[in-house]
Amino acid sequence: MADFLALHLGLPLAGATLLAIILKILVITVPLLIAMAMMTYMERKVLAAIQLRQGPILVGPFGLLQPFADGLKLLTKETIIPAGANRAVFLIAPMLTFIMALIAWAVIPFGEGLVLSDLNVGVLYLFAISSLGVYGIIMSGWASNSKYAFLGGLRSAAQMVSYEVSIGFVIITVLLCVGSLNLSDIVRAQSHVWFCIPLFPMFVVFFISALAETNRAPFDLPEGESELVGGFHTEYSAMTFALFFLGEYISMLLMSGMTSVLFLGGWQPFPFLGFIPGPLNLIIKILLLMFVFIWVRGTLPRYRYDQLMRLGWKVFLPFSLIWVILTAGFLVYFDKLPH
Amino acid sequence: MAWLDRTARGLFMTELVKGFALTFSYMFKPRVTINYPYERSPLSPRFRGEHALRRYPNGEERCIACKLCEAVCPALAITIEAEPREDGSRRTTRYDIDMTKCIYCGLCQEACPVDAIVEGPNLEFATETREELFYNKEKLLANGDRWEPLLAANIAADAPYR
Repeated sequence: MADFLALHLGLPLAGATLLAIILKILVITVPLLIAMAMMTYMERKVLAAIQLRQGPILVGPFGLLQPFADGLKLLTKETIIPAGANRAVFLIAPMLTFIMALIAWAVIPFGEGLVLSDLNVGVLYLFAISSLGVYGIIMSGWASNSKYAFLGGLRSAAQMVSYEVSIGFVIITVLLCVGSLNLSDIVRAQSHVWFCIPLFPMFVVFFISALAETNRAPFDLPEGESELVGGFHTEYSAMTFALFFLGEYISMLLMSGMTSVLFLGGWQPFPFLGFIPGPLNLIIKILLLMFVFIWVRGTLPRYRYDQLMRLGWKVFLPFSLIWVILTAGFLVYFDKLPH
Repeated sequence: MAWLDRTARGLFMTELVKGFALTFSYMFKPRVTINYPYERSPLSPRFRGEHALRRYPNGEERCIACKLCEAVCPALAITIEAEPREDGSRRTTRYDIDMTKCIYCGLCQEACPVDAIVEGPNLEFATETREELFYNKEKLLANGDRWEPLLAANIAADAPYR
């Protein structure tokens, strides 16, 4: 692409490379933001359908423009910074959450070779970035100088750290089967059978941990409105709030993307549906998983905090640990370790 | 064995699956929402909405200023002043209802011996100022003239049960 730009726009190669990278970033980011907006629409529609309601119907055809109307409203509102807040940290926190959710997409492979940066440590990068996302929440909770925000931030941090441990073990089982940290290699390794079939229990554990990792129902304690008002974003308004909101939905999309890449074969076609082009396969898988995210929210009541911690540490952690050992033992005994 | 049962159910998440199947099946049920400004649900003849003072078919107002409604009103929303008219019949000179006080209990229409004060089927009388909700006699009579066909029909429909 850089060569193409250098040839046709007459740019020096360094400039063309930079331009090519920026274009690629835009090609990922802009559809992502639009997808996030449509996600809020889909969430409201699906929840409405489950609860026998209609959801948004008035703004645009079928209410399709509702998310944009909401976004416009948030943009034009006043950002209120509490008098006791730490201004700099208070403003950096939502940006951090948003940026961390966004930059993780750099390593998600959309198709054969269709990836922004083909990192050999892609999984490690994803894991690091999703851990860094906790900082935005801790910082917002601390900088708001409010007890609700503070408790919400603490809960959120504890929850994310707890479930990251089991996510780590789940990823290790996948890595044992692939023998590479490169996400494209992980997808290629699933050309015969998707990992959700041989590693089905791990797939379930990963998905439930992803719900906890993104603070979604039934693990949305950090923002449990009945006890903590709005959790860590109690004090946020207008665009700062919108950034948290964007970050939350993009990290949901990211977790769906990770689940698709690790367990559902990424861009690999569906059985009997080989004619669908690669990137579309991934998008369909992400959409299906997002639907499940919303479906879960429409079905399950919220966990109590001690139940959440019990599930994370006393169920998922030993379970995934045992499964790591089982997988490793199986691979070594039958000499099927990837080389 | 109960322990085994419970553990197996937890491990295979049968209850979760049942719950998910239920919510999924609900997605295909018809909506219960009514698009209010465009669609309306039916109102009972006994619906207690905006008040109206009715007239006889010859145009004579029904109210005889007995003040039963004023006496029975639990919210003290009704104020009546009365004196004899030129022809000697007893009529109200003032009949005010403070709609901000009214609790729409319907005791006034129960108390009325001549079916003069009634609560009609109108529920869309929101106003932009508070003062507009202090109804006087003209306003109530105008309401009566406006809704008379429906008011008469409602009273007729409810008559067998009184």
